[in-house]
Amino acid sequence: MQWNVIFSVSLESLFGATTIVYALAAIGLNVHFGYAGLLNFGQSAFLGVAAYGMAISVTTFGLPFWVGILVGLAATVVLALLLGIPTLRLRADYLAIVTIAAAEIVRLFFRSVTLSKWTGGSDGLQAFSQSFYALNPYNDGISTTLISFSARELWVITVGWVLVAIALLIVWLLMRSPWGRVIKAIREDEDAVRSLGKSVFAYKMQALILGGVLGSFGGYIFALSLAAIQPDTYGTEFTFYMYTIVILGGAARVLGPVVGSMIFWLLLTFINALLPALVSTGAIPTSIMTTNQAGAVGYILVGIGLMALIIFRPQGIFGDKKEVMLDAR
Amino acid sequence: MPDEALAPEGAARLRATEALRDVPREPGAAKPDPILVADKVVRRFGGLTAVNVGHVEIPRGAITALIGPNGAGKTTFFNLLTGFDSPDEGAWTFNGDSLQGVPAYKVARRGMVRTFQLTKALSRLTVIDNMRLGAVGQKGESFWRALIPGLWQNQENEITDRADELLARFKLDAKRDDFAGSLSGGQRKLLEMARALMVEPEMVMLDEPMAGVNPALTQSLLGHVKDLRENGMTVLFVEHDMDMVRDISDWAIVMAQGQVIAEGTPRDVMADPKVIDAYLGAHHDGAPDPHADETPAAIPADDAEPTEKE
Repeated sequence: MQWNVIFSVSLESLFGATTIVYALAAIGLNVHFGYAGLLNFGQSAFLGVAAYGMAISVTTFGLPFWVGILVGLAATVVLALLLGIPTLRLRADYLAIVTIAAAEIVRLFFRSVTLSKWTGGSDGLQAFSQSFYALNPYNDGISTTLISFSARELWVITVGWVLVAIALLIVWLLMRSPWGRVIKAIREDEDAVRSLGKSVFAYKMQALILGGVLGSFGGYIFALSLAAIQPDTYGTEFTFYMYTIVILGGAARVLGPVVGSMIFWLLLTFINALLPALVSTGAIPTSIMTTNQAGAVGYILVGIGLMALIIFRPQGIFGDKKEVMLDAR
Repeated sequence: MPDEALAPEGAARLRATEALRDVPREPGAAKPDPILVADKVVRRFGGLTAVNVGHVEIPRGAITALIGPNGAGKTTFFNLLTGFDSPDEGAWTFNGDSLQGVPAYKVARRGMVRTFQLTKALSRLTVIDNMRLGAVGQKGESFWRALIPGLWQNQENEITDRADELLARFKLDAKRDDFAGSLSGGQRKLLEMARALMVEPEMVMLDEPMAGVNPALTQSLLGHVKDLRENGMTVLFVEHDMDMVRDISDWAIVMAQGQVIAEGTPRDVMADPKVIDAYLGAHHDGAPDPHADETPAAIPADDAEPTEKE
């Protein structure tokens, strides 16, 4: 049994690109759900339009990489406006329905056969990340007994954590300001905020755009780390994982999404490495599970763990129990 | 301005009484200096006409009570005046400016601030943050400026000082850093009123300020409402407790079935046969009554439970 392999993949997952992607996406979702109380179930669409905006610009139209990034950002803002203008006047649960539908529309749009000339259809797009990797200052990867990353991985991880730091700084600055106070107040009661002379619609729109743009950083890292994009990776379960991470870390806490993402991927990677190893060494007899079934069992165990967390620690890792319980009035 | 030096106790009351002395005791009576004037305001919900107010004027600098049996349309009328609902017909002006089609948040900025029948304390914000939220014209409330604390920190300190003064006046200073959700019902009413004052309004609209408040706090709340008048503000409030109406209001407007049926001093309207009919006798006069399942509303405050509407 190769414990060192199991431990090193787990340790790598703490800092790896996947953790960064979900951390960024969850930081954005935390602005929507945790701070502003917007039940956005279409966060995957924000990552999708950003990644596709970049990839289509570079691969299909041959534009420079930085132009691609700007196109992706513009697409994110446009999506927020398109989603927000008709729905932000609705009550929260309607927003959830509309956003989940919108995310599916975006995914189906990108995989449609008619548009495959530009989007690559269900195969997606590749060959848009050369300019990004050309900037890579690392010549060699690192390889120790514990962790090893290639030079390319190291570059993605460096840029990714810098983006995480920037996103956290923005959220921290905003949420301790009067702007953040209005946003949190809207989560508590819109009409009260309206009665105090604040334009609730404008603030909700700003929050929707901000969370979408922060999430779009995750879309870029996702596309660049794989050097490819596929429409079906931006499905609804992508968003559900983000929600899990936000709640795991503690909603409306600055560091919650990042720590949530690290713990989530550490656990998932560890169990998914451990179980097949235990089966193949015979520690778990094949009458209980086979190597093929170990993956599914891993998800089941993580799911049970998360349920236990919500029951015994509903406020997440960083949350304040007293604060969460105020809702139970 | 809530913080101006207090005039001699009761001066505003005397002034208001004097100003209203010669006003005819009839629905739609013209006042010497109205702050709010509503004309032919109609709101229908399907086949039901909830509000149908011909003409009403609210006197400046006085406390006006809006009373009437349950279902008379008082809260709906409140929502219409403050922009939380829009009427099917009608026009109304505040300080001479039309408020037709003006969204609720702009109505508040113009100086007309309301509270709610079901108190809206922002539970997971602290008491002091609830207060700070009320201040208008905050630089730090714009997205880009919020990112640079230096641009709004001074103003924030001034707002906090003002909030602390108000909290002390409303005896909530001990709760300053608690979550608003941990306050009792009466304390929430106080907080909501104090928060409304942070807006520095000219006119305060209180929707059942005494509902669900224990009798010990009632006196203190009454005192605060009277203080508003002494500080030059106009108050319009909806209330069921007749003792309170008699005690603090200078003028009373009675609504029944969506219409204003009587106006006058509290003493006058309570002696008005039309008003007594509206409260007690509506079932006997043969008129069609869409609110047949409701009880008369003249009940003392201390057994009035807050009624959940939503």
